[in-house]
Amino acid sequence: MGSYSSELKRSKDSDESARRSSFPDEVLERVLSLLKSHRDRSSVSLVCKDWYNAERWSRTHVFIGNCYSVSPEIVARRFPRIRSVTLKGKPRFSDFNLVPENWGADIHAWLVVFAAKYPFLEELRLKRMAISDESLEFLAISFPNFKALSLLSCDGFSTNGLAAIATHCKNLTELDIQENGIDDKGGSWLSCFPESFTSLEVLNFANLTSDINFDALEKLVGRCKSMRVLKLNRSVSLEQLQRLLVSAPQLAELGTGSFSQELTIHEYEDLESTLSNCKNMHTLSGLWDAKGIYLPALYPACSHLTFLNLSYAALQSVELAKLLAHCPRLKRLWVLDTVEDKGLEAVGLNCPLLEELRVFPADPFDDEIVHGVTEAGFVAVSFGCPRLHYVLYFCRQMTNAAVATIVQNCPDFTHFRLCIMNPGQPDYLTNEPMDEAFGAVVKTCTKLQRLSVSGLLTDLTFEYIGRYAKNLETLSVAFAGRSDWGMQCVLGGCPKLRKLEIRDCPFGNAALLSGLEKYESMRSLWMSACNVTMNGCRLLAREMPRLNVEVMKEDGSDDSQADKVYVYRSIAGPRRDAPPSVLTL
Amino acid sequence: MERSSEKISSSSSSSSIPSTEDKTANGTCLNLKETELRLGLPGSQSPERKLSLFGQDLETNDKSNGFTGSPLKNLVSGAKRGFSDAIDGSNGKWVFAMNGKSDVELAKGAVLASPRVGLDSKTNPQQAKTSVSVMKVVVGVPQSPKPVQAKNNLVPPVNDHAIAPASKAQVVGWPPIRSFRKNSMASNLAKNSDEGAGCLYVKVSMDGAPYLRKVDLKTYNNYMEFSSALEKMFSCFTIGQCNSSGLPARDGLSESRLMDLLHGSEYVLTYEDKDGDWMLVGDVPWEMFTDSCRRLRIMKGSEAIGLAPRAMEKCKNQN
Repeated sequence: MGSYSSELKRSKDSDESARRSSFPDEVLERVLSLLKSHRDRSSVSLVCKDWYNAERWSRTHVFIGNCYSVSPEIVARRFPRIRSVTLKGKPRFSDFNLVPENWGADIHAWLVVFAAKYPFLEELRLKRMAISDESLEFLAISFPNFKALSLLSCDGFSTNGLAAIATHCKNLTELDIQENGIDDKGGSWLSCFPESFTSLEVLNFANLTSDINFDALEKLVGRCKSMRVLKLNRSVSLEQLQRLLVSAPQLAELGTGSFSQELTIHEYEDLESTLSNCKNMHTLSGLWDAKGIYLPALYPACSHLTFLNLSYAALQSVELAKLLAHCPRLKRLWVLDTVEDKGLEAVGLNCPLLEELRVFPADPFDDEIVHGVTEAGFVAVSFGCPRLHYVLYFCRQMTNAAVATIVQNCPDFTHFRLCIMNPGQPDYLTNEPMDEAFGAVVKTCTKLQRLSVSGLLTDLTFEYIGRYAKNLETLSVAFAGRSDWGMQCVLGGCPKLRKLEIRDCPFGNAALLSGLEKYESMRSLWMSACNVTMNGCRLLAREMPRLNVEVMKEDGSDDSQADKVYVYRSIAGPRRDAPPSVLTL
Repeated sequence: MERSSEKISSSSSSSSIPSTEDKTANGTCLNLKETELRLGLPGSQSPERKLSLFGQDLETNDKSNGFTGSPLKNLVSGAKRGFSDAIDGSNGKWVFAMNGKSDVELAKGAVLASPRVGLDSKTNPQQAKTSVSVMKVVVGVPQSPKPVQAKNNLVPPVNDHAIAPASKAQVVGWPPIRSFRKNSMASNLAKNSDEGAGCLYVKVSMDGAPYLRKVDLKTYNNYMEFSSALEKMFSCFTIGQCNSSGLPARDGLSESRLMDLLHGSEYVLTYEDKDGDWMLVGDVPWEMFTDSCRRLRIMKGSEAIGLAPRAMEKCKNQN
């Protein structure tokens, strides 16, 4: 029987090699190299060993949604040819100061491994990572081919780090510094780009506050002929903007500086004509301190706009209405709630192609004003913009009926983030909980991927979510629910859930432990100011060794309470860089 | 108990203390037992149960009682465990229990507050009016041994203008807005108040004139400009009267122009301030005036002698 089985094996082998030779590895790799989506690539890698290998050799970009789920060594071992890395670190609630400052997510260990294994690294995109000036300098000198750096919601660095990047990265095409906790020591970093440097295509320093040397900037823009994205900070005046645009009419994305200088008629006309020359512009932002009288200068540049970000310009409804009349192609709009419901009515009237709307509060901490937007504005937009699928809406009042109408008009929501700013506020007309509102959302919007709930909510909301939200991946909950049952419904019901973040809800150990099997299929769970105890967390950690269970204690809290809990799956084991306030169980 | 729809005042609330809610004709009621501050979750009461804040039933969404339909203003939570700390009446700690243990407690409607705040639970109705503002200053109250918010949760202001979030007692990290945006908005607000951006329209009425006017106070820099503008606006009603009192010609406007108008005793310029009081224009610095002025009334001098209470009443009634 031994010879029979070995013959079988031999014939199998030859069959396989015959199959293999008819489809050589190079071809497979070539085909797979066209795959960009990391989810597709993950699927491909699971087909068989050959495909796994072909995929790992052909992958050039790696996306790591939680930097602690894997170690840089493991990444480097599996993917030898990486040119571009996207890394996300801290839990999202760190944006709102709920995570201690020294929590971790430091990039440096990653850079050290990358310098050894990926010397030809070109791109690094970081979100919620800690990065020091030393790390930035290390990055700048370790990777001669480095091209693109994007930092969002990161902290730990200053403008000195940017100076190192500008000085050393000779092939830089992209420097994208979004909202970060940066120590802005001055604008001299911009002058560090050498005179011979011409490759920059993307420059975003909109969220830096210091003055930059305008002369240096003007020269830089002048010699970087391929520049397509330029986002200035508030220190750049209208007159300076006009001068910059003269040498860069090809810009596709423009973030203006301050839009409020006193201009002469002549200067205004210059600005207007320069802007009208920007025929490629599809994204406009900035407009800090925008004065209504100067907005018409933008009109000729707006005809092809698809993304308008007015979230730092406190416009009134009439100003917005007039501007939107010139933006028929708008797909994405971000505004402040100073535009009020009337402004949103204008959105509904003028922007039939709108897909995304974000309304930010101009004065979120003053609940004595009765300003901002209400349910009426949201409803108005829904009537005029049937393609709406992404909404972030901060308001002070909402009704169940309004939300039901909204999703009836726009059933294609993929992202529904409603923030009724007063925690636990009911339907202001009926005084009932907002359960039916979110029930309508999950029942109607079958494509829903992301949901943020607010207002007065009982467990019924979570029953609805568990029962209907079959495509839900991210759920944010605050000041809601009545009992463990709510959270249990979600954990038991949403098959595609990946990220669950909860704060100030009455969910305790029973709820936490009901998700035992679920957490390994999720990226992470965050629970703070809930009813979870240390014992519950210890039990979870004991039962699920492949999860990292971290508890953040606060000064003076009860020993048995788990103030903040962060649970995530990891193949790298418990982390070793946690600060003393973070306990890994 | 009969209640006016105005703010709670100490006098009316010191009478009988009902143990259950009394509904009145206008739907508001005062359940003084409810003025005991108790911890409860937002949404912890059953849907039929109306949310109450310090005993004011919010069923009618009567905003004039000083509370809006949002009972949880000025939460001080700091992401603490509001659910497991306890206070009882005698020793000043918070009482709260979850999950069926004290649904009755929960159902009574309560206010979510920091477990560390050692407020006297025998809060009387008089305090109820001010208790919202008490909670506002809770951050500095030394009663509790621990800071209200863990220090690593405090938002360090990035610039000097980011005062708004830190000065009120708020829930940490709520509403969920990134620090950069918070700081930008705070500095926006500061800028607007410094530079006087925007406009500030107030109504101006004149005794005997058939209609009112509106002026934008921001377009004037001082009383002088303002009074001359008013003069122009209302000249059609006062032809001959100002001149006849021998005031200086318009071209020779001086800063005392307004005072002259007043002393000329034909017309007196008064304004209603934020507190609803009628004041004489000209007493305070210009900026303070524009900040507090809600509307203006040009009244006949004869009716405004020393801005007697009678004159003030008359102004009010005529409005």
